[in-house]
Amino acid sequence: MKAKGRVFKYGDNVDTDVIIPARYLSSGDPEELKKHCMEDIDKEFVKKVKPGDIMVAQKNFGCGSSREHAPVAIRASGISCVIAESFARIFYRNSFNIGFPIIESPEASKGIEDGDEVEVDFESGEIKNITKGETYKAQPYPEFIQKIIEKGGLVNYIQAKM
Amino acid sequence: MGMTMTQKILAAHAGLDKVEAGQFIEAKLDMVLANDITGPVSIKEFEKMGGKKVFHKDKIALVPDHFTPNKDIKSAEQCKCLREFACDQEVTNYFEVGEMGIEHALLPEKGLVVAGDAVIGADSHTCTYGALGAFSTGVGSTDLAAGMATGEAWFKVPPAIKFNLIGKPSKWVSGKDIILHIIGKIGVDGARYKSMEFVGDGIKNLTMDDRFTIANMAIEAGAKNGIFPVDELTIEYIKDHSSRDYKVYEADEDALYDEEYTIDLSALRPTVSFPHLPENTKTIDEVGEVEIDQVVIGSCTNGRIDDLRAAAEVLKGQKVKKGIRVIIVPATQKIYLQALEEGLIKTFIEAGAVVSTPTCGPCMGGHMGILAEGERCVSTTNRNFVGRMGHVKSEIYLASPAVAAASAIAGKIYNPENI
Repeated sequence: MKAKGRVFKYGDNVDTDVIIPARYLSSGDPEELKKHCMEDIDKEFVKKVKPGDIMVAQKNFGCGSSREHAPVAIRASGISCVIAESFARIFYRNSFNIGFPIIESPEASKGIEDGDEVEVDFESGEIKNITKGETYKAQPYPEFIQKIIEKGGLVNYIQAKM
Repeated sequence: MGMTMTQKILAAHAGLDKVEAGQFIEAKLDMVLANDITGPVSIKEFEKMGGKKVFHKDKIALVPDHFTPNKDIKSAEQCKCLREFACDQEVTNYFEVGEMGIEHALLPEKGLVVAGDAVIGADSHTCTYGALGAFSTGVGSTDLAAGMATGEAWFKVPPAIKFNLIGKPSKWVSGKDIILHIIGKIGVDGARYKSMEFVGDGIKNLTMDDRFTIANMAIEAGAKNGIFPVDELTIEYIKDHSSRDYKVYEADEDALYDEEYTIDLSALRPTVSFPHLPENTKTIDEVGEVEIDQVVIGSCTNGRIDDLRAAAEVLKGQKVKKGIRVIIVPATQKIYLQALEEGLIKTFIEAGAVVSTPTCGPCMGGHMGILAEGERCVSTTNRNFVGRMGHVKSEIYLASPAVAAASAIAGKIYNPENI
């Protein structure tokens, strides 16, 4: 599996309140949520994002609340993958649980700039910055997480167990 | 090499003699919690998994507390979804408006969590129950759905940071000041993926409500959980609230900690977190002149009886400064009634504050106290992120109930020692 797209770059501690503000949580519908994704940090995001685009941030991405609406909204907006130096733990597990790929890579987080064209190869863990001609390495997924990824998320993983 | 308190609880729930940091396990759960925001998403996922019956009707708690009493039609639909599921599944611990409270104040009060339990909740502040010597952590809706279906959850066993609390805090230094101080010290990702284990002689000087507040905000340092050892006070609390058997776990002497800090509680000052991160702390002596528009006293962090007593002690015989809105939200119906019986509600109303029925409402900008552009609020809640309580250009200053109450009188962030 590969992802390729233009990068939306953000900083440290992007919290779930700016990813999807609580005032919109009276709906769990991805189509509804995506209209307000990143609204409080980047009003232009929903206007500019195209299917396949990639989000890159610095440390502690997704900190704050446990709302699964956050990775759901990002995925529904068209973003194919989030790369960060590090992720907050609930956001991290929520993403894998819903089958949304995220990648920890301090070097990619440092090297990639807003607007760069980036390609991610999930199997090899290689992140290519086409704009800059650089290549970065992703942190490998732990074996257990890989099992959930292979099943396409926790729903299928549990179904197989039940 | 020994295990931390958290690791021992996890090992026992995974049926293992030993676990170590970084290991992936699947653990049995004693309680699985969801609210009106995360519950409806969980219910959908539960159905997708092919879930027919919840694993145990007594080990699930469903609490409509965020946008309740229903603030609009969509919220009413979400609560209806939760209510119907609870009814269909015969969930024992569903709490309707009138009996409900803010989930993390309600569950301990109802005796639904005791020492030694393993708990997940689809709410990040589920870590509150660490005050009781339980392992509890926040998860998302899909994890919660799996928990409801199977009674299990997957975990990566966390490493830990030890906080050795010593000394006795001064009169206006509460659990809130202690945890804000710690977050200011280690940062909002200082304990990311880790346990925060609180130990030391200073703990005997902390009430259960102080401990709930401290464990509650472990997530604000990025922690998986915060946990206190079980002492006489914990056991007294558990016996007063629950008939369930509890189990006391203690960290091994040779347990491994990534870092250790010693915090002298007697040296701490009332502490305030400035916008827009809980780590931006200043002591009350450093805050300068910050004029405010609103004060909120409540939430799963600071809506308990000790919190209301502290606020009332400051507000007694005083008046809220003209033009300042003060919203006080007791966290549960029982706390509300207790506050009424103790005369605290009278004190609040006479001072010029409003008192609301239990709700998470203002804390995450749901309802009951939204901020306009440029407005500032001193709040006893847990997050001061951009837009959390309303307009993106509003500001939240996190503080203790005593500092919040003093600020209501002064119209600016103010030291309760000076009232």
